[in-house]
Amino acid sequence: MTEASAVTPNDIETPFRRFLRSYLASKVAVFGLVLLALVLFAAIAGPFLAPQNPYDLKVLDVMDSRLAPGGVSGDGKMTFLLGSDEQGRDMVSAILYGIRTSVLVGVVSTAIALVIGLSLGLWAAYLGGRFDGFVMRLVDIQLSFPPILIALILLALTGPGLGKIIVALVAVKWAYYARSARSIALVERRKEYIEAATCLGLSTNRIIFKHLLPNCLTPLLAVTALQVASAITLEATLSFLGLGLPPTEPSLGLLISNGSQYLMSGKYWISVFPGVALLVVVVAINLVADQLRDVLNPRLQTQ
Amino acid sequence: MVAPASAQPTLVIEGLTTRFSTRGGTVTPVDGVSLSIQPGQILGLVGESGSGKSLTGYSIMGLIDAPGRIESGSIRLNGRELFGLPADDMRKIRGNRIAMIFQDPMMTLNPVLRIDTQMMEAVLAHQKVSRDAARAMCRDALERVGIASPDERLLSYPHQFSGGMRQRVAIAIALLNKPDLIICDEPTTALDVTIQGQILYEMQKLCAETGAALIWITHDLSVIAGLADTVSVMYAGKIVESGTAKQVLEQPRHPYSHALIASAPSRNPRGQPLRQIPGMTPSLIRLPSGCAFRERCDRVSEVCRQAPPVQTGDGRTLRCFHPVGAEYSEVRP
Repeated sequence: MTEASAVTPNDIETPFRRFLRSYLASKVAVFGLVLLALVLFAAIAGPFLAPQNPYDLKVLDVMDSRLAPGGVSGDGKMTFLLGSDEQGRDMVSAILYGIRTSVLVGVVSTAIALVIGLSLGLWAAYLGGRFDGFVMRLVDIQLSFPPILIALILLALTGPGLGKIIVALVAVKWAYYARSARSIALVERRKEYIEAATCLGLSTNRIIFKHLLPNCLTPLLAVTALQVASAITLEATLSFLGLGLPPTEPSLGLLISNGSQYLMSGKYWISVFPGVALLVVVVAINLVADQLRDVLNPRLQTQ
Repeated sequence: MVAPASAQPTLVIEGLTTRFSTRGGTVTPVDGVSLSIQPGQILGLVGESGSGKSLTGYSIMGLIDAPGRIESGSIRLNGRELFGLPADDMRKIRGNRIAMIFQDPMMTLNPVLRIDTQMMEAVLAHQKVSRDAARAMCRDALERVGIASPDERLLSYPHQFSGGMRQRVAIAIALLNKPDLIICDEPTTALDVTIQGQILYEMQKLCAETGAALIWITHDLSVIAGLADTVSVMYAGKIVESGTAKQVLEQPRHPYSHALIASAPSRNPRGQPLRQIPGMTPSLIRLPSGCAFRERCDRVSEVCRQAPPVQTGDGRTLRCFHPVGAEYSEVRP
C-alpha cells in the first residue's frame, strides 16, 4: 500500500498519519471510535465507577430485588438508577462489570485465536504440501460445524468459567484466522521479496514471521476487529444459554437471560439495559472495524 | 571450457539438468547445461524468454520448488559439490557464498521493513558479529555502491528510494557477505538507460575489486557486449554456443546466436525493417527432435533431426551440424 513517490524526507506523510487522516474522514467512524473509547473506559474503570460490587453476594439484599429504575434500597443507602435484578443487584454495577467481562473475553479469546490461527495459516501457506493439507482439512472440518454447537459441546464438557469460555471461543475462532491468513500469505509469498529473502539464506521461521507476517497483517487487522465483536456476541449467547459464567458473576448475556422471565410482567429493565449495553459494545467495535476495513483496503484507496 | 584455467574456477557446472513434471507433461527447461567461471570474471548468459537462463540461476541457488527438481549434473563452487547438499547446508551458502540480484528492485525489498533491518539480517544470518559491527558493514556497503548519506538511508523504507537506488541497495545486500559468486537475473532491465549504465559500471568495478565471479542473465545483447568476459547462449534449455564475448558477439557460429545478434536494432540500416527470427520459441513440452532450433533455422537439413554433437575448439563450444562460416553442403529438405 505504500507507493513510491518522489517526496523529500521532510514533508513525507508518514503511513500512520495518512491512516489517521483517512480514518477520520468518516463522521460515523469517529462516532464509533468515541463510543469504543467510552466502552473501553467503562471496561477498565468499571470497578471504580460501580456503586457496588455486584459479584459480592454479601452486599446484595434479596429484599431489594427487582426494584424499578430509580428505586431506593431497603436500608435507604443506595439508589438503583437502572433498577435491580432478582438477586437485588444494582443494574448499573452489573452492567459495568458485564461490559468488563465481555470486552476481556472478546479481546483475550481473539488475541489467542489470532496467534494460533495466524501461525498455522502462515506455516501452511509457506510450507505447502502435507502440512498445508492437514491444517486446511482441519479448518474445513472445524468450519463445517456451527460455531455455537462446538462451543456448547466444549462448555458442556468443561463446565462454566471465564478461562473455559475463552478456551471454547479460541477453539471456535482459530480456523477463521488460519484460513484468512493462509489466503493472504499465499499471494504474498509469491512476491519477489520473499524469494530475495530466501536467497539471503534466512531461516524459514525468520522469513515467515519477519518478512511474510508484517505484509499479511494489514488486511487481517480489519477481520480481527470484526471478530472481537463476534466473540463478544458468542459469549453473550453462551451465557444466555446458561453455559458461560457462573450465575453469581453474571455477564451481559446472563443478565439478559435472567431478565427475560420478567419481561412479560413489565419488569423490562433487567433485560433491556444489559441488552442496550451489549448493543453499544458491538456496534462501537463494528463501526470502527468497518472503517478500518475500508481504510486498510488498498483497492478502495484513492490516492 | 573457456579461458585457460590458471586459477581454480569459482564455479563449474557440468551437465546440469532441471526437470519439471506437470500435468501437461514433463519439461526440461535446463537440459545438460555446462558452465565454468573464473574469479573476478563476468559470464553473460543470454537467451530469449523461456530459454531456461533464469532457471539455471535458480538451480545454482538450489531454489527449484516442486514440481521441479534438479535431476542430474554437478554444481561445484570452489571445488565443493552443491548438488545433493542438505537443505540446511545449502541455506548457509545462499546469501553467503552465492548471492542473487533480481530483475525488479521495486519488488525485491520488503516494503514494510526498514533498510537497516533488511541489510543487517543478511549479515547476522551468516556472520557472528555484534549488531553495531553489522550496522557498520551495512553502512560501508551502501557507501560502496554509491549511495549518499548512508547513515540516514539506513533508516529509510524502500518506498523512499527510487528504482535505481533500490537496485543499488539490492547490490549492497548481495555484497555484504563478500560472496564468491553473484547471480544477476536481468538486474538492469527495469531501470532506465542512464541508471543501467551506472549500475553496469559499478558492478564491473565491484567484481574486479572483490574478486567475485558474476553470472549476468539477460536478453539484452548490448549490455553483455560492454560487460561480459565470456558469453553462453541458451536456447530451449541447452547452451548452444559459448566462448569469449568477442568470439560469440562478433563471430557467432551457431545459427541461433547469429540470428539473435543480427536482429539487434543497431545492426540494421536505418529505414529497413528490423531483422527477426521466424517462428516462435518452441513449447518445452513439444520440442522438436534433434536440434531444438531446426524449425526456425535457415541452415537446416535432414541431419538436424538428430541431436547435434558438442564441438569444442578455439576456446569455444558449439552445438550445431551446420555452423555459420562452415562449408554448407547438404540439401535443404
